[in-house]
Amino acid sequence: MTLTDRVPKNSGWRLFLQTVVGRAYPRIIGLLRELSWFFFEVFLPVLSVAAYVFIYRAIGAEDVYIGFVVMGGAMTAFWLNILWSMSSQMYWEKQTGNLALYIMAPNSLMAILLGMAFGGLFSTGLRALVITLAGSLLFNVNFEVSNYLLLFAVFMLTMVALYGMGMMTASLFLLLNREAWHYANLAQEPVYLASGFYFPIKSLDFWVAAGASIIPLTLGMDAMRQLSFSGGAELGFLPVRTELMILVALCVVFLFGARWLLKYMERLAVREGRLTESRR
Amino acid sequence: MQATQGIGKPAKERGVSGRTFRAAAWLGWQIESNWADPLIFFIYSVIKPLSGAAILVVMYSVITNGAFDDPMFAYIYLGNAFYIYVAAVLTGVSWTVIDDREIYRMLKYIYIAPVHVPVYLLGRGFAKFAFGSLAVFITIAAGVYFLNVPLDLSLVNWPLFAVSLTLGIVMLAMMGLVLGSVMLLIVNNANFMGEAVAGALYLFSGAVFPLSILPGWLQPVGYIIPISYWLELLRRSVIGQVAESFPTFSQFSDIQLLAILAGLTALFTVLGFVVFRYCDHQAREKGYLDRYSNF
Repeated sequence: MTLTDRVPKNSGWRLFLQTVVGRAYPRIIGLLRELSWFFFEVFLPVLSVAAYVFIYRAIGAEDVYIGFVVMGGAMTAFWLNILWSMSSQMYWEKQTGNLALYIMAPNSLMAILLGMAFGGLFSTGLRALVITLAGSLLFNVNFEVSNYLLLFAVFMLTMVALYGMGMMTASLFLLLNREAWHYANLAQEPVYLASGFYFPIKSLDFWVAAGASIIPLTLGMDAMRQLSFSGGAELGFLPVRTELMILVALCVVFLFGARWLLKYMERLAVREGRLTESRR
Repeated sequence: MQATQGIGKPAKERGVSGRTFRAAAWLGWQIESNWADPLIFFIYSVIKPLSGAAILVVMYSVITNGAFDDPMFAYIYLGNAFYIYVAAVLTGVSWTVIDDREIYRMLKYIYIAPVHVPVYLLGRGFAKFAFGSLAVFITIAAGVYFLNVPLDLSLVNWPLFAVSLTLGIVMLAMMGLVLGSVMLLIVNNANFMGEAVAGALYLFSGAVFPLSILPGWLQPVGYIIPISYWLELLRRSVIGQVAESFPTFSQFSDIQLLAILAGLTALFTVLGFVVFRYCDHQAREKGYLDRYSNF
């Protein structure tokens, strides 16, 4: 083949799909290439889960709370993935010099973000599954699922809304530099608190819980807990079907918001020359 | 050449450790704080530890209906507050290796500068200690003023507190030096190491629950972790009446616990420099000082 030969190239929706697959690929294959990362990303949440379980045992909590902690610990994997591998990904790409290539290439930045989301969802889902299994076995958690279909629907909607939110915040990080690391770091514990990762969100003041519901994991976890544990419904914040409707609304808002914000931020970053700056 | 060794060193070189420590501490302070204006940085510094404490407060409150006068609450709350030092100092010292080798890519320049590298790592950890102290103070103050943590300043055993705190911080710094030294040899997963060690110590040191809550076969782990003794001494000095409610270390007097802590601090001091010397040599041999993994 010579340089003058025409290479068939995709365009339109085929290019979009190709980009999604191309960006998801390293996330999925990376899971198999660096198994030690998988170990640490499972081991660290299990340590946290164990600590919170023993605290609950020290103060005489019922078993349902142990289940809540295990589920919360598993869901931390998704939040950490959103923070460090979605939101701040543009910052990392800027640091490594890939961001300019993404912008220059004839593909959609939205497709790149979608690829990151699909790849991240798959690899993180696997981690969350292992954390759930490990936590359940270690602490004898009894799951009593009342409606598998609804549980699956809630989980999928939570993930779509969550990764939509991740795509939206990723565009905000286009403008950030070294402060990106600190902002991502800052959004860990406060969100664990506000979203009720280790306790029922109902325990917080109603308006605090309502405000925290902007983070899809808040209502998603609450609904999944109601559907997965005996006695979970009594500790629920809102009825499951109401939470499901709100999650649908969040999916729409975040996905459209991500599309709009990404275009706006990309233009702004180009205009202000922030795509290639690298201040550590 | 002879003039640069031992007591024949010029005055400038004799003070190299002190200068290294001061410069590293100042550098650490700048790296940690100068990305934001002081107000945002202050909020950033306290919101994370306060949120961590608030999670425990809500968990406790849900189960006990807000029985904050129970000694268990003070045990959990203060243990968690003082544990901030573990995350700050231990991982602060060790994270410097990642910071300088991977993020700023300055480790090789530190090595060719006229500095004492282990002291440089400790100096960088000192900045984290300063920020950690702010977080500990604010967390405890919030507990006392809003949650009735029974801390009466007139009843605090200040000499015991000062000695325990100082020994503990030195011990944590030296544990951090051991960890940082090992990180010099780890290329792919070094960024996980600090968190993994801090997480394991949080679980096994009795920071937020008495060691007797752990399964029997895991309890001995708690007894061999130096931080368990340090936290017990801090609790005894600050809220003696609460510490008495949990008989984990009741067989030891304050003096015996101090002696154990002092012994462990001395052990980790020696170990820190020995391990650093070995790892430093290995890292030079293998060319790890200038190796990036894009963590």
